[in-house]
Amino acid sequence: MKKNLTGSTVSPKPGIGLNLVLILVFLFFLIPMFSAFLFSIQVGDGTYSIFAYTRMLQDPGLASSLWLSTRLAIMTIAIVLFLMVPTVTWLHIRAQKAKRLVEFITLLPLIIPPVVTALGILNSMPNFLLNSPYLLGFVYGVLTMPYTYRALDTGLNSIDVKTLVDASRGLGASWRQVLSTIIAPNIKSSIFGAIFLAVALVLGEFVVASLLLWSTLPSWMAIVGQADAEGAVAVSVLSLIFVWLLLMVMSLLDRKKKLQIKLGGI
Amino acid sequence: MTESNQLPNKVAATKSGGNNVMGLEFNSNKVFFDYSGLIPFFIFALIFILVPTISVVFFAFKGNFGEWTLENLRVALREEYLSSLIGSLRLGFFSAITGAFFGFFTAYAVSISGRKKLQRVVSTASGVFANTGGVPLAFFFIAAVGNYGLVTVNLNKIGIDIYSGSFTLFGFSGLVLVYLYFQIPLMVIVTYPAIEGLKNEWREAAVNLGASKFIFWKYIGVPLLVPAITGAFLLLFANAFAAYATANVLTSGTLPLLPVQIGSLVNGNVIADQTNVGMAMGLEMIIVVSIAMAGYIYLDRRTSKWRKK
Repeated sequence: MKKNLTGSTVSPKPGIGLNLVLILVFLFFLIPMFSAFLFSIQVGDGTYSIFAYTRMLQDPGLASSLWLSTRLAIMTIAIVLFLMVPTVTWLHIRAQKAKRLVEFITLLPLIIPPVVTALGILNSMPNFLLNSPYLLGFVYGVLTMPYTYRALDTGLNSIDVKTLVDASRGLGASWRQVLSTIIAPNIKSSIFGAIFLAVALVLGEFVVASLLLWSTLPSWMAIVGQADAEGAVAVSVLSLIFVWLLLMVMSLLDRKKKLQIKLGGI
Repeated sequence: MTESNQLPNKVAATKSGGNNVMGLEFNSNKVFFDYSGLIPFFIFALIFILVPTISVVFFAFKGNFGEWTLENLRVALREEYLSSLIGSLRLGFFSAITGAFFGFFTAYAVSISGRKKLQRVVSTASGVFANTGGVPLAFFFIAAVGNYGLVTVNLNKIGIDIYSGSFTLFGFSGLVLVYLYFQIPLMVIVTYPAIEGLKNEWREAAVNLGASKFIFWKYIGVPLLVPAITGAFLLLFANAFAAYATANVLTSGTLPLLPVQIGSLVNGNVIADQTNVGMAMGLEMIIVVSIAMAGYIYLDRRTSKWRKK
């Protein structure tokens, strides 16, 4: 019993095999990062320079593709704020019965592969939408739904939405006021989590953008990489550092780890 | 809620339900009002999810002259198109097996290590890496184990040629390797709660009742973890089966894979009379992924049931 104070007598500790797996996995994740960084700054044998970075940063293709990706990210954020937040809030206060249906719909993008979504979009959308890059923004609103829905749902579960809404409505607040001054501040971290994840996904999305022939950051990178490996690696390093920062903030915001890809709900 | 019912506002009044006459009068309006807030969402989902998906399914059964036919599906299951279905199934299977193996043991080692800091780092890192994929990931691996990658070059200097065997980054084995970068973290995320749910008390009880390590795993550990691991395997399978970006950049269409094949059909590399074969392949993908995901959801429900208790 004495030993149990410091830990159970039977509680296992990782042996050699498990520690080996940990080390292997650790190296597996570090080596590509490290290689990519070195690869992007090496010139010939032994000398290093940041020429690959300056070359890429001066490429007009980067500016235009980054600008398009930024606009699409803003659009996706707008969809999160003005469609997803009100919808999920509404589900919590008025339409609990529709929750399963909505949840199922938000999960569809995980069941329908993005390449099939792209195929369907090309098939069914009218030309004026196909000719506009903003169609991608709507598609990204859909593709990020499984994650944004979950993030917001978790946030709303943790507060007493009904009371908050009833109280503020009772005191004469409009629905817009309820959403922007009562609900949103209360689920701030969930909203930020949803937005960061959405932006990270938008900045990395390649399938739909390339099949719809829009030059977003990833599809431009893929084209650059065919001729200029160092340059493409350099842009990859920059874009992944940015995306990782976003995802890390999201992961830290979501301390309770509820925003995992957990599909048990439906 | 009780407080708000005393407030003389419309929300509170409509909410009080349908027991009395007033309530009955309100009911149909109430249902409409309750759902009206969801209309924008439903319209959005209808246009950008349902219509595109239904159009793929619809055209999968349409011939070149608009007639109903099973010919597209038949072609999609023949020769080179069949080989891409098999290629994708194989890739999904091997990627899921290797990812599940390393991911599970990583999660298990981290869980029983008892080091809080390590657990936090791994959980944050898993959240980050599980969502890393696509084009940049392909270039990271080109920089590491491509023909002129750092690992390749430096191992060459000490006399090891990783390309001497059957390995190539730009083929099947390369994709299995690269996909591990997001499969391992995904496995960690999905199975970690199940591993944590394996309570130490159970182990103690088993040991006190005279069970050996082997007996404990045989009758308690493995049966409890198998549904979680199988479910996670299915999720990983679907993940690799549907992945397109990395495969497209690394293999540039040389490896027969379903998503890549569909992509090249979309890009117009297609014989004129087979435009709808792409739709049939899309339907195939939806069916395979749905089956895997349904299995995952079923198993995940089963595991979260005992986890909660």
